[in-house]
Amino acid sequence: MLAFTLRRALQAIGVMIAVGIIAFSMFRFAGDPVNQIVGLDTPAAEREAVRKSLGLDDPVPVQFVRYFINAAQFKFGISYQFRQPVSNLLIERMPATLELATCATILAMVFGILMGVYSALRRDSFLAKVFQAVSLIGISLPTFLIGILLIYLFAVTLGWLPSFGRGDVVRIGWWTTGLLTVSGLKALIMPSITLGLFQMTLIMRLVRAEMLEVLRTDYIRFARARGLTTRAIHFGHALKNTLVPVITVAGLQFGSVIAFAIITETVFQWPGMGLMFVQAVQNVDIPIMAAYLLMVSLIFVTINLVVDILYTIVDPRLRSTISRTA
Amino acid sequence: MSDAVVPRQAETAAPRAAPGSGWLRRAIESDLFYSFRRSRLTMVAAAVTILFFLLAIFASVLSVQNPFDPAQLQLMNSRISPLWTADGQSPFLLGTDEQGRDVCSAILYGLRISLVVGVLGVLLAGTLGITLGLIAGYVGGATDGLIMRIADVQLTFPAILIALLINGVAKSVFGNRLDAMSTLAVLVLAIGLSFWVQYARTVRGSVMVEKSKDYVAAAQLIGLPAPVIMLRHVLPNAMGPILVIATINLALAIITEATLSFLGSGMPDTMPSLGTLIRIGNNYLFAGEWWIVAFPGIALAGLILAINLLGDWLRDALNPKLR
Repeated sequence: MLAFTLRRALQAIGVMIAVGIIAFSMFRFAGDPVNQIVGLDTPAAEREAVRKSLGLDDPVPVQFVRYFINAAQFKFGISYQFRQPVSNLLIERMPATLELATCATILAMVFGILMGVYSALRRDSFLAKVFQAVSLIGISLPTFLIGILLIYLFAVTLGWLPSFGRGDVVRIGWWTTGLLTVSGLKALIMPSITLGLFQMTLIMRLVRAEMLEVLRTDYIRFARARGLTTRAIHFGHALKNTLVPVITVAGLQFGSVIAFAIITETVFQWPGMGLMFVQAVQNVDIPIMAAYLLMVSLIFVTINLVVDILYTIVDPRLRSTISRTA
Repeated sequence: MSDAVVPRQAETAAPRAAPGSGWLRRAIESDLFYSFRRSRLTMVAAAVTILFFLLAIFASVLSVQNPFDPAQLQLMNSRISPLWTADGQSPFLLGTDEQGRDVCSAILYGLRISLVVGVLGVLLAGTLGITLGLIAGYVGGATDGLIMRIADVQLTFPAILIALLINGVAKSVFGNRLDAMSTLAVLVLAIGLSFWVQYARTVRGSVMVEKSKDYVAAAQLIGLPAPVIMLRHVLPNAMGPILVIATINLALAIITEATLSFLGSGMPDTMPSLGTLIRIGNNYLFAGEWWIVAFPGIALAGLILAINLLGDWLRDALNPKLR
């Protein structure tokens, strides 16, 4: 068990180093950082001074180690377009993205599980067919089209909800939240639905498939033979056993929700990390791109690691197979 | 994605046709075609997909103007609403945008670009993934470990993020002087590099199974070189799942291209794909000019839905467990 945890942790560190090398080579070799910082008519001597002050004349391995030590302390350099430390910009925008991603995930879980359970239990009903159709459309409609559609319906035509921004936010320490004001909550509705819809269809399909599988097993038949109520069988026995894979998938998907927030944030001009990343790609602001890549990878790798370790704790069968193969 | 191994292509499973009849007869008598004819939804999806491809191929014949040629655009004709509305004007069936560009023509030409990027991207991803998968499965050992480790790492990141990064790096290397054709090449590259993993994993799985079979040992014994064995003997037996992945990936590739263009790091305004058209149209939504964004959106959604339906059917039809 300990060996497994250690090996997975080492693997995670390996992945982070690989991503770090990619981020560093982007920063160092994709365009000359000095040209991005100085003006067009800066004399060569001044350019050399800037180069020296940034440490760009050191050997590449030295630069890499320095970049890595800085990145480990969340120092990602200075943004070319904002002339501010990237870490400040990231921290400023992180709450917006995390709030959006969390709301979208909760929305996707609640409705995905409800719809999945219903379409597994009443497989041939009209509503179940509607859910199946909705899930196909949810997979086929690109995220940004769903966002545009919602904006046209609820912002342009009906005028019920704001079409962009976060509304009024309340500052708690360094964290800003839109959850405590009416306009903030209103602004959250459409982006959360847009972002959560794809995850919802994914969870719905998964719950439906898992439920159908579990309902065929012997212990469900035995529960029926014992004369338990249908409700107790469906929700006490069947649903409980489908939730383990569902929570795993939802947890693993949280990383991609943050990545997909790039699109939703652009559509709704949501002031989060994703919008900043898109603007950085357009303006070739490499320090922000590299920092975003590192941050998102860190979130991904951490989630993967935690899920893997939790899995072995939750499921004893897995533990024995691991110790046998290890 | 299931790594289910389909042992044989469905067509070969069909009873042998009478001697003298061609491949067409064999195709019509195959299981695949039988299941195709039984599903009305699939036939509609196939018809819609073919229609979209035909529209794209004959775009220059069908459209009233070349939307990429600024000389043919007249500002006098800007922001005309669709033909059936009160302010509609012939020949602009679906209206015009703010530059006087016919929306219908722009969609046909945009469809062409979206399909070209999608198909080339899938071909690149497929070639890359199949090659790496064959090598990993056949050679094994450290090579296998290295390729699959890279695949594992890449799989943790969503394709759209990788494609965006590749795009951003290309932009910073070449500067913003990229013309439309090189942007197209960068998009194909970005999609190809983001989607190869699934092919590699599937092919590797199939190769591992096939490698230990007698016919491979026989081929090795008569002294065939490894590349020939891989391509002529092992690969055809792994074709079923590859076809399914390719179909579903075509829809994903088109979505990815549209998303990149929508985010502003894809095709430029002067040579718009469907995603670019939607981004341009989105700016006029508040002014009430809904047709500039609505019709490209409908075209994109219809195309992806049709391809997805085909992919779903193909996956079920080629899965021997479901027969």
